[in-house]
Amino acid sequence: MYNFKTLYEPTSVGEALELKARHPEALFLAGGSDILIKIREGKLDGVDVINIYMLEDLRGVCLEDDGTILIRPLTSFTDLALHPVIKEHLPVLGEAVNTIGGPQVRNIGTIGGNICNGVPSADSATTLKAYDAVLEIVSSEGTRTLPYAEFNLGPGKVALQPTELLAGIRIPKESYANTAGHYIKYSMRKAMDIATLGCSVNVKLDKSKKTLEQLRIAFGVAAPIPIRSPNAEALVKGKKITEELIDQIGEAVLVDVKPRSSWRASKEFRLQLIGEMARRATREAILKAGGIINE
Amino acid sequence: MNNRAVHCTVNGIDRAFLIDIRSSLSDMLRGKAGLDSIKHGCDVGECGACTVLINGKPFNSCIYLAIWAEGKTIVTLEGLSTTKGAISDIQQAFIDEGAVQCGFCTPGFIMASIPIIESDTPATRDEIKRQIAGNLCRCTGYEHIVNAIQKTQEKRIAERSAQ
Repeated sequence: MYNFKTLYEPTSVGEALELKARHPEALFLAGGSDILIKIREGKLDGVDVINIYMLEDLRGVCLEDDGTILIRPLTSFTDLALHPVIKEHLPVLGEAVNTIGGPQVRNIGTIGGNICNGVPSADSATTLKAYDAVLEIVSSEGTRTLPYAEFNLGPGKVALQPTELLAGIRIPKESYANTAGHYIKYSMRKAMDIATLGCSVNVKLDKSKKTLEQLRIAFGVAAPIPIRSPNAEALVKGKKITEELIDQIGEAVLVDVKPRSSWRASKEFRLQLIGEMARRATREAILKAGGIINE
Repeated sequence: MNNRAVHCTVNGIDRAFLIDIRSSLSDMLRGKAGLDSIKHGCDVGECGACTVLINGKPFNSCIYLAIWAEGKTIVTLEGLSTTKGAISDIQQAFIDEGAVQCGFCTPGFIMASIPIIESDTPATRDEIKRQIAGNLCRCTGYEHIVNAIQKTQEKRIAERSAQ
């Protein structure tokens, strides 16, 4: 039995937003794999919840007319990883969410819940960050869009007003077209574990496949929020792909990260992981893009 | 005031349960339907001992609200038996392979293995391990569980191709 106080059950997104406007302290309940557990642990005792899990308008993936990938927030990790649009255009996102929990958790957990919790370890967050995702945020007042880059404010804090709901995650065509990405999760166990560190890289190569036109690299648990490494990204533009360049990327990322020591890993170990995972993920992304590493 | 009737298909039978809206699906199926194969292991979605199939996919029933089951099709271990008292091939394989010791985790493992044994694509041992990664067993060391699932999968694929 879950000790929540009032359960609101909207039957439409509009009704959900009206309820949230009237009860801003209530929590939206999506798949519940974080919130229900916190209720069970007594951390959210007596909380009011707005059950949005049944709202089908908030579920699914599609390709919009201009080629933008639109992911609705209640899409489960399983459905996301199996979706033909994701498999064809953004396979790295499916690979990233496939590292979450186990099959049962991936069936109930949602991508919207993953990023709205605002934890630095969220496995979907790094790839969405590395692809410059844009969020659609709605309230009873209207709709606004926000770059995902501006969404995380601190650990567990995101830029949602108490009356707002995440309604969509978009990745524009110019962001994903002609790119290849790779995600590495480092954790103590191969399943049912939270990332000690996560790294998502995607690259765009020139026609000869020997030069890096663009590199985007994001980390989870390397700072209080998921972050990119502008220093490494600026370094590589137009450079020939060499092992030396990949080593330089592994060094350059260290300027932008601020890992801390926690019971999972020390700051020093995380710094080591950051450099090594940057190198490995970059190399894999280059190979997936058909790139040639010059001698 | 906080009670509600939830209608769903459980093990092939249309059922209605009067429940407190704060119930989990495991509370409903174990408490109201008397389906004791569902174990309250960790109650936080870590151990998989409460695994059931909802519309064919494995879920932890401990972190699933009972009200979400409205209109859904649910299968528990009890639903695998073909006739009263006759157990299914996967259950028999767990016995034959020594995949059961204390038995507490067994129903959850078997329910988590259903998508594998019903698939036409043979799963490797590593893929089987990935599919049961959400289930914990403190007795067997897992190898016999993987054997039981692998053998049942092979047997079913052979049976289907013989038809």
